[in-house]
Amino acid sequence: MDLSSINWLLLLASLMVAATPILLAGIGELVTERAGVLNLGVEGMMITGAICGFAVATQTGSATLGYLAAALGGAAMSMLFGFLTQFLLSNQVATGLALTLFGLGFSALIGQSFVGVQGIRVEDLNLGPLADIPVLGPVLFQHDAMVYISLLLVAGVWLFLTRTRGGLILRAVGENHDAAHALGYKVVRIRLMAIAFGGACAGLGGAYLSLVRVPQWTQGMTAGAGWIALALVVFASWRPWRVLIGAYLFGGLTVLQLNLQAAGLKVPVEYLAMSPYLITIFVLVIISGRSRASIGAPATLGQSFHATT
Amino acid sequence: MTDLLTLQGLTKAYPGVVANDDVSFSIGRGEVHALLGENGAGKSTLVKMIYGLVKPDTGTMILNGTPYTPAEPRAARAAGVAMVFQHFSLFEALTVAENVGLGMENPPKPTQLSREIREVSHAYGLPLDPRRMVGDLSAGERQRVEIVRCLLQDPKLLIMDEPTSVLTPQEVEILFATLNKLKAEGTSILYISHKLEEIRALCDGATILRRGKVVGSCNPRERSASELAELMVGQALHRPERSRSAPGKVVLQVAGLTSEHVEEFGTRLQNVGFEVRAGEILGIGGVAGNGQDELLSALSGETLGSSETVRFQGNAVGHLGPNARRALGMLSAPEERLGHAAAPDMTLVENAVLSGWHRRKLAEGGFVRWGKAKDFAEEIIADFDVRTPGPFVAARALSGGNLQKFVIGREVLQDPSVLVVNQPTWGVDAAAAASIRQALLDLAAQGAAVIVISQDLDEILEVSDRFAALNAGKLSAPRSTEGLTMEQIGLMLGGAHDMDVADTDEAEDIRETYEEGRL
Amino acid sequence: MIRLEKRPTPSQAWTWATPVLAVLLTMLAGGLMFALLGKDPVAAIKIIFYDPLFNPQFAAYSRPQLLVKAGPLILIAVGLAMGFRAGIWNIGAEGQYIMGAIFGAAVGLAMYPSDSWMIFPAMVIAGAFGGFLWAMIPAVLKVVFGTNEILVSLLLVYVAEKLMAAMALGPLRNPEGGGFPGSRNFQGYPAASNPELFPNSGMHWGVVAAIIAVIFGYILLSRHLMGYHIRLAGQSPRAARFGGVSPARLVIFCLGFGGALAGLAGIFEVTGPAGQITTSFNTGYGFTAIIVAFLGRLNPIGILLAGLLMALTYIGGELASFMLGLPSAAIQAFQGMLLFFLLGVDVLSNFRIKIGREGHA
Repeated sequence: MDLSSINWLLLLASLMVAATPILLAGIGELVTERAGVLNLGVEGMMITGAICGFAVATQTGSATLGYLAAALGGAAMSMLFGFLTQFLLSNQVATGLALTLFGLGFSALIGQSFVGVQGIRVEDLNLGPLADIPVLGPVLFQHDAMVYISLLLVAGVWLFLTRTRGGLILRAVGENHDAAHALGYKVVRIRLMAIAFGGACAGLGGAYLSLVRVPQWTQGMTAGAGWIALALVVFASWRPWRVLIGAYLFGGLTVLQLNLQAAGLKVPVEYLAMSPYLITIFVLVIISGRSRASIGAPATLGQSFHATT
Repeated sequence: MTDLLTLQGLTKAYPGVVANDDVSFSIGRGEVHALLGENGAGKSTLVKMIYGLVKPDTGTMILNGTPYTPAEPRAARAAGVAMVFQHFSLFEALTVAENVGLGMENPPKPTQLSREIREVSHAYGLPLDPRRMVGDLSAGERQRVEIVRCLLQDPKLLIMDEPTSVLTPQEVEILFATLNKLKAEGTSILYISHKLEEIRALCDGATILRRGKVVGSCNPRERSASELAELMVGQALHRPERSRSAPGKVVLQVAGLTSEHVEEFGTRLQNVGFEVRAGEILGIGGVAGNGQDELLSALSGETLGSSETVRFQGNAVGHLGPNARRALGMLSAPEERLGHAAAPDMTLVENAVLSGWHRRKLAEGGFVRWGKAKDFAEEIIADFDVRTPGPFVAARALSGGNLQKFVIGREVLQDPSVLVVNQPTWGVDAAAAASIRQALLDLAAQGAAVIVISQDLDEILEVSDRFAALNAGKLSAPRSTEGLTMEQIGLMLGGAHDMDVADTDEAEDIRETYEEGRL
Repeated sequence: MIRLEKRPTPSQAWTWATPVLAVLLTMLAGGLMFALLGKDPVAAIKIIFYDPLFNPQFAAYSRPQLLVKAGPLILIAVGLAMGFRAGIWNIGAEGQYIMGAIFGAAVGLAMYPSDSWMIFPAMVIAGAFGGFLWAMIPAVLKVVFGTNEILVSLLLVYVAEKLMAAMALGPLRNPEGGGFPGSRNFQGYPAASNPELFPNSGMHWGVVAAIIAVIFGYILLSRHLMGYHIRLAGQSPRAARFGGVSPARLVIFCLGFGGALAGLAGIFEVTGPAGQITTSFNTGYGFTAIIVAFLGRLNPIGILLAGLLMALTYIGGELASFMLGLPSAAIQAFQGMLLFFLLGVDVLSNFRIKIGREGHA
């Protein structure tokens, strides 16, 4: 293997792109979970977003419309989950799994005529002179708009959760839904909004895969990214900035792994391809074993709420 | 002067039960009005209607001379109705200030809110630090958070649902001082309780509910506690009979019991030690959250410690799990009936197997003998007068009192040498509570050692031979209950938990400054 | 205004009626989906649910396929149901299934070309062990570190898939295969193969194992203390601890049992219907079995019926794709839909639906 054949600058530059899908999905799921809802259907919502985004973008030629469709598609899928868990009080774990299974099948179904279709080209955002700074320019300032939108989204979620009354109410619902209900807050409505936000973000994350990262449509193309996003939220101890750190660390490792493959490391490709999943498991192990309070999981995460009188 | 709130013919029915039937009464301005009734009499439903959580089927409410139909708690708060809940409506992982803010319609900015919390809480003798996490507060302090949350909104009517059940006698006095102060300022208070002495000390008027109906109203100061009790229960209560006998040998010794792991917001037991003899009942009192759950799990075997910390008939058992202890004769009944002592969705037969399979030989070679399990369940139902359609009914379908009788019966019928119970009559109607206490007395009379952990001091004095107080995970030395006064007990319980009443004059000053600041 | 009112006791009637209702609703919604795809919905539903069994033209081929597909589904689902009952979410059965196949196949291929009678039994044991071992990873991590078993077991599916590809291309590749990926075909190695036991029945050893698993699972759950403790822990973890149930033991048992059964399904599949380890050996049985487990109400007898029904949708789906050009993904969406409806109508067994005037409450 020839390590010098790896272009480290290019590696760093592609890190942000590699991290963006799980960052988007992760920050959405974080909001959902802070409201006390565990939606394991991220994979299903991402893949739905991937096909919706790809289909609309290739038909219209507009990436913006593609992202919009992806966000809507992801949110629509999440509302299936929301209806079942919030109104029909179904088990959140099982329903999340159902969402993933359904999403994979459903996306394959609508996507079959898009297999092999050429994706559209998404232009990088023109940041003027910033992009010309040596080293920093290509690494930080030569990306498409969604990379920066995802960063803004993290900042926005952080501001919302820590600095606004809406964020306080959302956290309160996630901490103790009975108390929130007794104070007159609409637990179900707030949770539905959080679920929809999570779905829209997952949809965007999926569309980023099919529009920028790959850019193509193949069946099951998310390949576990949704599950990794779920692990990311645990890794981040339910804190927005840590989702960002986790996603970029993870993105870096993925890119490094791909570069090692390309550099001809004498290990079969299959073993290298396992590494993202193994690293995720490893990180989960490191993170676990601490009490709920110290890792910041919402107290009612995964519990159904039924108002009794 | 007109009344502040008038209720006329309020009725609310749920399937199979009429929670409130044609309830009418009124509360005057600056009046402390008691709503008296047993568990299940319909007090909570009535209060929820006033607070906008439940809509009445029929009937009207008039607040300040205008019709009052709160669609939700927000509307109730806007109309000047505030409520302190029995089971706190607080968020443990949020700060005091965040908790207070959540209960307000238009909270001021965080810094301003923190200042107001400090000022108001001091002014009313309920000092609070707005930055603290609610999960780290004692039960009494948590109640302060709720009260301060209400006070910051200048309520016209303050509803308090069983406020003293979590307080030490000294803390009750502080609370009463605060309530009297509020009353002097013209705030009306609806005070819900089943504790008669308190009502006689505090309230100007009382409405008594029984099975959803108003069965009487009176000035509680003019009635004796037993008169009120009869109105509330509808019959003369059977007092458990007891005969003090010389206690036997020491059966259970606990020494140096200290929790190794504590759950989030839990209490660490610190060097707890005591002895119980055969035929004796040891009462362990204490305000909620001072280590009761932890003590029960350490005795039941749910949490394990080093073997020497618990000795049963001289043998070290601290390292043994629940079933090994059961095999020896150490049994227990936890506080939480649904979800701890019994599985809510399982039938009574299945719940009989839960703790009884070993001693009652309900399993053979690992296989459950469901026929024998059914017989055992039926035996409990018959012996302990459990009202249920049959043994194949889910535990959650039973009323609190009946399920509690089942749980206690399940353990008593296994002929224990030691029985530990936590809150045996919490939320149970008076008749069931009396029969449960009698069962515990009978068990001790037959030679078992019984430990009753309870927050109800009257209950402890009624059944136990000796009393020890659990305070912040530490257990006081047990004392004989003969001649023990409430005040002594209160001091054993940690007095007012270092929560002093602010000096009244100083409080006035702060309050004045505060009010000027707001003008 | 529609509202829900909790039943004091879960309704027995609805408990068994809801799966049937869910299947009917799925037929309706699926029919709508097929109509949107431009296919005749009635014909599609008939081809999926009726023709594989009764159409004289196809039944001869399709009927045996029913057992072939149902066998692994039932085997895996019985194992998963134990965990789901206990609140232990092993969703990585697909990975355990793959590892069972790899372990078992490796033992068989190592023996090639010996024809000892012990080879097949040894492979079966190795297969169960492989699945067990793979499931022990999330189990041990959960017991020792408290790591979430949902994520770990699922992520291990992807690891197992990559490992399987590496095996098919590397150590287990058929040396006489002309460089093509994939192991030797066990159908050409009688001592290591799992043939149809009766001609045209679809019955193979995996189906026998599935039936045994159903009986075993049923007795365990309804009669044995272990089964009682599994149910107790799932419904009420604190009550289970009060009852002396060790959570760690339960995690090890449920994941281990589920993993071993999934591993068995894998080895029976690779030696029988699939024939060899390839880069695309797994077809999602481990995930579909989750649907089977829920459709069967986590009850082994129910799972037996649900497995047969789900197998029917597989065969019917293939037939529909052959007859109507229905995309094969449609049947996957159809199965996902079934789980949705099932979880949705499940509300009926625990709640009464009340329609009438009532405020928010």
